[in-house]
Order: sequence, then structure tokens, then C-alpha cells
Amino acid sequence: MELTFYIAAAVAVLSTIMVITRYNIIHALLYLVVSFLAVATVFFTMGAPFMAALEIIIYAGAIVVLIIFVIMMLNLTQEDVQQEKEWLKPSIWVGPAILSAVLLAELVYVVAAGTPPQPEAVVAVDARLVGLSLFGSYILGVQLSGILLTAGIVGAYHLGRQKKKVIHRFLQERSAAA
Amino acid sequence: MNVSTMEAALLLAGVLFMLGLISVLIRRNVIFMLISVEIMLNAAGLAFIVAGSKWVQPDGQVMFIFILTMAAAEVSVGLALILQIYHQLKTLDSDAASFMKG
Repeated sequence: MELTFYIAAAVAVLSTIMVITRYNIIHALLYLVVSFLAVATVFFTMGAPFMAALEIIIYAGAIVVLIIFVIMMLNLTQEDVQQEKEWLKPSIWVGPAILSAVLLAELVYVVAAGTPPQPEAVVAVDARLVGLSLFGSYILGVQLSGILLTAGIVGAYHLGRQKKKVIHRFLQERSAAA
Repeated sequence: MNVSTMEAALLLAGVLFMLGLISVLIRRNVIFMLISVEIMLNAAGLAFIVAGSKWVQPDGQVMFIFILTMAAAEVSVGLALILQIYHQLKTLDSDAASFMKG
């Protein structure tokens, strides 16, 4: 189980590095799917099989497919890949990368130095307990999530709607000429 | 689970979050920035799962479900905004949308 965890963690980190260095969005999304699958494997080794299934279904399934649909609607070409390559010069990414690496080093130091060793065994928390807790003490959170999702649906519909421009036929020639 | 695996899982969450942070800082393409935010949310959820596994409580997984819900709502609204930006400005450059009265 430990070996599974370490292999999945290595795959997750490598594929996420590939995601953030790609110029083509579709290639980045394919690596992102691999990254989510690896994280789902990590969830499985952590004793959360239901969350692993949700990760695959919602992240690797629904969200990535949604982004792919939008990219298809945008109709990007090879020029956009070239432009992306132009935007991602070393002079741009070196500064943020170094600062973030410093933060990561601090985090590594805190985690590595903080906890005293006390070995425990993996105990799976099954979906039944999660459901009882979710619809017991966290029922308010569930209702707020419902409100959030409704707001998301309405907001996405309102923002994504294409407003039809109705131009009078006399003005149409003028706007075509302009 | 022994402590070394839990530490490694927390470090994995930290590394993934930091990669997402780097990407959201260095990219100018809005779609890539949205993907980076997804990576960061996923890393935060991983940290919750690790904590829930450590104390054998369902609360971590409940929080992950909430994060998942939030990520789904966020990505749908974000993609609708990206579509609007692309139709208004004909570009995915986030700098082009830096003025509200555009």
C-alpha cells in the first residue's frame, strides 16, 4: 500500500508539472486527467475509496469535459499555441517560481520537523459514515451547497448567453460597411 | 498508516498546491489560470482527506465533498466568464481584461 502511495504521488507531481509547462491547452488537460487519476489513487490508499470514485467522476470526468467543450467553442488554432509559447518566457516565470519554491521549502520544513513519530494503521472511513455525518451535523452545509450550485447554474446561464444583436435592415448595410 | 506516509501525503498536497500557485502566477491565458485554480483546490481537498484519514473521522471527506461542489460551481461560472471575455475582446489574454470599462 505504501509503495502504491509513493508511485501515485510521483505520477501526480510529474503530471502536474507537465500540465503547467504545456503550451497546448488540450495536452495540458490530458495531463491534468492523469494527475487527477493519480490523486484518486492516493485517496484510495488513504482509506477513502468513495472520495476516489468522486474524484474520478467529477474532476476527471465532468470538470475536464466542461473545459474541453469550452475550448472547442473557442476554436483555437496553432497561432494560439505560438502565442502561449511567447507569453511563457523564462524571464516571466523564474520570479514567481523561486518565490513559490521558498514557500514550499518552508512548508516542507514545518511538516518534517513538527510531528513526533507514532505509527498507526490505515483505517478506511466508508461512505456510510460520510453520509451519516453529511446529512447529520453538516446538513446546513449541504443546503448551502445547494444554494451555491443553483447560483452557479443561473450565473453560468446568464453569463454564457449570447445576446442576439437585432439590427434594422437599413442600419445593417451601414454596420457592414463600417 | 504510519506517520511518514501521512507526512508524505501532506507534502504531496503542498507540492501540488505550489505547482498550481506557480502556474496561476506565470500564465497569461485565462483558461490555464482556471486549470491552475482547479489544481490548487484539488490539493486542498487532498490535505483534508489526509487529515480525515489520520483521525479516522468522516469530517475530512465531508469537507472534500464541499470543496468538490464549490469547484464545480466555480468552473462553470469561470468558463462562462471566459466565453464572454473571448467574445468581447477576441483574446484569452488576461491582461486585456484588466480594465473594467473595456
